[in-house]
Amino acid sequence: MSILSDLSVRQALKLLQNGDISSVELTQSYLERIQVYEPQIKAFITLTPDLALAQAKSADLLRKNTPPEDLPALLGLPIAVKDVLALENVRCTCGSRILENFIPPYTATTVQRLLDAGVVILGKTNTDEFAMGSSTENSAYQTTHNPWNQAHVPGGSSGGSAAAVSAGMAPIALGSDTGGSVRQPASFCGITGLKPTYGRVSRFGLIAYGSSLDSVGIFSHAAEDLAVIFEQIAGRDPKDATSMDIPVPAIHLDSNTDLTGVRIGVPKEYFITGIQTDVEKNVRTAIQHFESLGAQIVEISLPHTEYALPVYYLIATAEASANLARFDGVRYGYSAEAASLWERFKQSRGSGFGSEVKRRIMLGTYALSAGYYDAYYGQAQKVRTLIKRDFEQAFEQVDAIATPVAPTTAFKIGEHSNDPLAMYLEDIFTLPTNLAGVPGLAFPVGFDHQGLPVGMQLMGPHFKEETLLKLVHAYQQSTQWHKVMPDL
Amino acid sequence: MQLTIQEVEHIAELAKLDLSDEEKEQYREQLSSILAYAAMLQNVDTGDIPPTASVLPERSVLRADVVQEPLRPETVLQNAPHQKEQQFKVPIVMENGQ
Repeated sequence: MSILSDLSVRQALKLLQNGDISSVELTQSYLERIQVYEPQIKAFITLTPDLALAQAKSADLLRKNTPPEDLPALLGLPIAVKDVLALENVRCTCGSRILENFIPPYTATTVQRLLDAGVVILGKTNTDEFAMGSSTENSAYQTTHNPWNQAHVPGGSSGGSAAAVSAGMAPIALGSDTGGSVRQPASFCGITGLKPTYGRVSRFGLIAYGSSLDSVGIFSHAAEDLAVIFEQIAGRDPKDATSMDIPVPAIHLDSNTDLTGVRIGVPKEYFITGIQTDVEKNVRTAIQHFESLGAQIVEISLPHTEYALPVYYLIATAEASANLARFDGVRYGYSAEAASLWERFKQSRGSGFGSEVKRRIMLGTYALSAGYYDAYYGQAQKVRTLIKRDFEQAFEQVDAIATPVAPTTAFKIGEHSNDPLAMYLEDIFTLPTNLAGVPGLAFPVGFDHQGLPVGMQLMGPHFKEETLLKLVHAYQQSTQWHKVMPDL
Repeated sequence: MQLTIQEVEHIAELAKLDLSDEEKEQYREQLSSILAYAAMLQNVDTGDIPPTASVLPERSVLRADVVQEPLRPETVLQNAPHQKEQQFKVPIVMENGQ
């Protein structure tokens, strides 16, 4: 296959800047690769080849007629976008039948910022319905296959974006992360994925799931590529009241891998019974590697970790039940033929939503209902405070916290289909960051005995994405795991 | 704890979800086991712990009260399943002089 699709973002941008390749050539090489591998991987819900080539042509024209110093930073770079982020006039389904024909009237801020920086959009990627799931099996359209072993899931909910990057069908992809939906698929697909701090990146145009938890995240092969995209999408957006007015640093990553003076905490609550042996072994080896680079490894405790799962599933579903009330068959989306308004609501929602979405709406409605609010939702929000305090106390001692991303590597398609609780347990190591609002970065650190990737997670204090990117860049400068591509 | 079918029907009514009998039974079982798992939260002493309202520092999010460019009515209605005279069209809400 084309060599072009093996380029890192920085290499691709350099070739474009030097005029060694055109954006049309680069875009075509990705479209060709998509044509070959998409039928088996099924990473995209909607492909936009015509739009991509038109954007690429405009990028090449702009480059020809503009002094280099005035050109936007990512001019001509192809990307993929999870199908929960709005792009004006391109169908946005959220992996749901209820939005099968929904055409957004505006563009998400993150996507718009990348368009302003000159990117080319290859398509909209598969997701569990409304980002609710850990495998893409809840998509109403298709299950995405893991490029490392196609009998296995790519993780979720942003499994389409992760598989697209892993299979070389896009150099960069946007995702969303409410409880691990960027980091867990990054881990399962052997790539690098960033969930920024809550409030760091605008969610305007991200179709909401759990509003106190949702973040827009990024996938690529390496931390240095994520840094390039992060700088473009981060920062205050007047259209999202939760986006913070805190300066975004220009992230300088160099070849220095000396981590002397850095303290990395290892929480004992994340190395528990039930964690796959190969996962623990590879993560421990990677922690030793950080130590060999000069970092000091400190055992720490996050004592309320075991409560993160029930707290998450009460808060996220409560918020989802409110957010998804907007799908009523009146303003947009599937609308059932019914004689009365109430019947239209019930039938549109009953047949438009899939079973996991209805399960979570039911759970969230219960947790918020009269008589149960204090015991469930109220108590969950209090325990959330304890989880947040665990992190605040830990970050008084350490600069970052190292854990596995998930207790297992990619499981088989169908393995957890009939047991929602077993599926929810896949997220136990990623949920706490969303509850505390801190950033998390997942990156590959080896393979299990089946040849499936193992991921490690670094978590940092609020707004310290730069620290995480620097640490992982140092690791990736001195290891090769992020360069290994699946043999398709 | 075990939910009853009546409780499941009550929640479905609040959530405005039309469910089949099979779905009701499935959700009754699954929600019962998820809620039993979540019951572990009752063991946490949260006596003087405030609930998390936001993970972000408190600040004003008000903007200046300045008129901004709205979406055009045609754009707002472009996804409406039923519309009439630049309005969303719905079945009768109030019946028989209620």
